[in-house]
Amino acid sequence: MKTLVCISNVPDTTTKISFINNDTAFNNAGVQFIINPYDEWYSLVRALELKEAAGSGSVTILHVGAADSEATIRKGLAIGADDAVRIDIEANDAFAVAEQIAAYAKDKGFDLILAGKETINYNGSMVGGMIAELLNLPFVSMATKLDIAGTTATVEHDIDGGTEVIECALPLVLSTNKGMAEARIPNMRGIMAARTKPLTIVAPIATEQLTTVASFKLTPGRTDCKMIDASTPEKLIELLHSEAKAI
Amino acid sequence: MSVLIYTEISKGKIKKSSLEAVNYGSKIAAQLNTTATAIIVGDADVTDLGKAGAKKVLKLKNDKLNSLDSLYVTAAIEQAASAEGATIIIFAHDFTGKAIAPRLAARLKAGMVAGAVDNPTVAGDVFSVKRNLFSGKATAVYNINSAKKVITVLPGSFPIELTGGTAEVADFAVNLDAVNSPIKVKEVKQDTTELSMLDADIVISGGRGLKGPENWGMVEDLAKALGAATACSRPVADMHWRPHHEHVGQTGFAIRPKLYIAIGISGAIQHLAGVNGSKTIVVINNDKEAPFFKSADYGIVGDAFEIIPKLVAAAKSFKANQ
Ligand SMILES: Cc1cc2nc3c(=O)[nH]c(=O)nc-3n(C[C@H](O)[C@H](O)[C@H](O)COP(=O)(O)OP(=O)(O)OC[C@H]3O[C@@H](n4cnc5c(N)ncnc54)[C@H](O)[C@@H]3O)c2cc1C
Ligand SMILES: Nc1ncnc2c1ncn2[C@@H]1O[C@H](COP(=O)(O)O)[C@@H](O)[C@H]1O
Repeated sequence: MKTLVCISNVPDTTTKISFINNDTAFNNAGVQFIINPYDEWYSLVRALELKEAAGSGSVTILHVGAADSEATIRKGLAIGADDAVRIDIEANDAFAVAEQIAAYAKDKGFDLILAGKETINYNGSMVGGMIAELLNLPFVSMATKLDIAGTTATVEHDIDGGTEVIECALPLVLSTNKGMAEARIPNMRGIMAARTKPLTIVAPIATEQLTTVASFKLTPGRTDCKMIDASTPEKLIELLHSEAKAI
Repeated sequence: MSVLIYTEISKGKIKKSSLEAVNYGSKIAAQLNTTATAIIVGDADVTDLGKAGAKKVLKLKNDKLNSLDSLYVTAAIEQAASAEGATIIIFAHDFTGKAIAPRLAARLKAGMVAGAVDNPTVAGDVFSVKRNLFSGKATAVYNINSAKKVITVLPGSFPIELTGGTAEVADFAVNLDAVNSPIKVKEVKQDTTELSMLDADIVISGGRGLKGPENWGMVEDLAKALGAATACSRPVADMHWRPHHEHVGQTGFAIRPKLYIAIGISGAIQHLAGVNGSKTIVVINNDKEAPFFKSADYGIVGDAFEIIPKLVAAAKSFKANQ
């Protein structure tokens, strides 16, 4: 089985974010970038588990982005992906990213294409479903469990008000959510091996940009925390009612 | 040209997030001098869709629409949009919106903005939509450059206004004979929790400071007294003190209730990522240096085991006097 895992490169959650150029661009300076946690913990690790269980197959990671994301790609290889692809263009619109991924994947015969639930910086939850449409494949969103038997996938996924279990003949596109797998820490052997695993750089196709960011703004934080004495917790209930109008 | 809004029924009623989406769509329609049409699968009382601003409601009819299969639902919406001449299509940014809207946007070559938090502004040809980024730490204004547009609206971003009128209601037969999905639904498991933290106005959440699953009784008592749902931090779910579907944060669910009460949670940034969209935040922690106090509106420094029972009593007497 051939699996493609789409990975994005995102600022670590603990990053202090700021914007530059008159609030029109994210300030990359000094920012630690990581593999989007959904892509790493859920998609990639589950793809590797399935390959190990089957004893055959391959797991390719794919990233749309510029050369500065190489460390992120090598981390994915260190965790265990067999090879990596980078489509050499700055990613700035979900549809453009999906078009790049679909153009690469369309004649490669992947049985399974995994995208994360969302990127932790843009929180869009768009790319997976768009890839499915561009490749004319079925799509299951927010997968929390994935098993493969032969050429059939069984997927449990979150829907409003509960969960649904579906079965689908491969090929299939999924977006992955918590539950798929547990995090894996790369070991020394993996890190060494990652240096020599193949990383193919692919030229981008021409795409239209359907959306553009006009401006960014930091959300003002909460300013004052009103402290209530531990001996009078009923005061909290009173304030939540009369002041915060929360109850 | 018109605005189309995909709406849903849950437990026999129109979903709250659907009414928000209709409010949103009808405001866009008003700005563009056109009207909003709501589409819905299944039978329900759709009066509220008119009150929320829809001028027309189309009830989509086709057995293939009984599950959330993006191949069927996308084709159905495409047909309704084409019949209505709709160029702007709105969803709630919930599980359904995330399953369907991206596929529809790609099919229509429509620019998409996910998780809008404010009404769009339309100035000549420039159509701008504000949304959250970085789990609420920032916002961005996006311009949609294409003629067709797909927008998902972040639930809980606006109060619902039911001040509109009466919608004209019609059935809309969808033809899906040519669409065949390989996906087969095997089982649907309904959430058994009475109130899901995703829908709740008030959420009470516990962290590692509560020491063990046996101590959750008082958290549930407080939730019950306030009509709240319960949630937890990641280690609590990882240690199986609480079910995984209660885990909030960067790697769990993001929630935006009116009131979030965090008990024995330190306030790590990954936890905040899932809750900082809450309107009011209360933190109860025995360490006055806990970082969570910096992101809270109200705080109590003290032992949860002493404070919670007193809060339960205070909440009960408050409710009794309402
Ligand atoms: C990539 C990544 C993703 C993550 N994703 C998430 C996520 O989605 N959600 C999440 O929650 N975490 C997440 N984490 C973990 C996060 O960093 C914290 O470790 C976690 O939130 C801590 O949980 P806690 O506050 O319950 O426990 P602790 O940090 O141990 O805090 C317990 C708190 O309880 C207080 N306390 C102790 N006893 C009492 C008492 N008797 N009364 C009152 N207070 C008391 C303590 O003072 C302390 O502040 C993630 C971490 C990483 C690296
Ligand atoms: N630049 C990118 N390169 C590869 N995959 C991406 C990229 N951006 C997003 N994705 C994938 O799409 C998922 C959802 O992203 P989004 O729709 O932007 O929230 C991510 O978890 C990744 O799997």
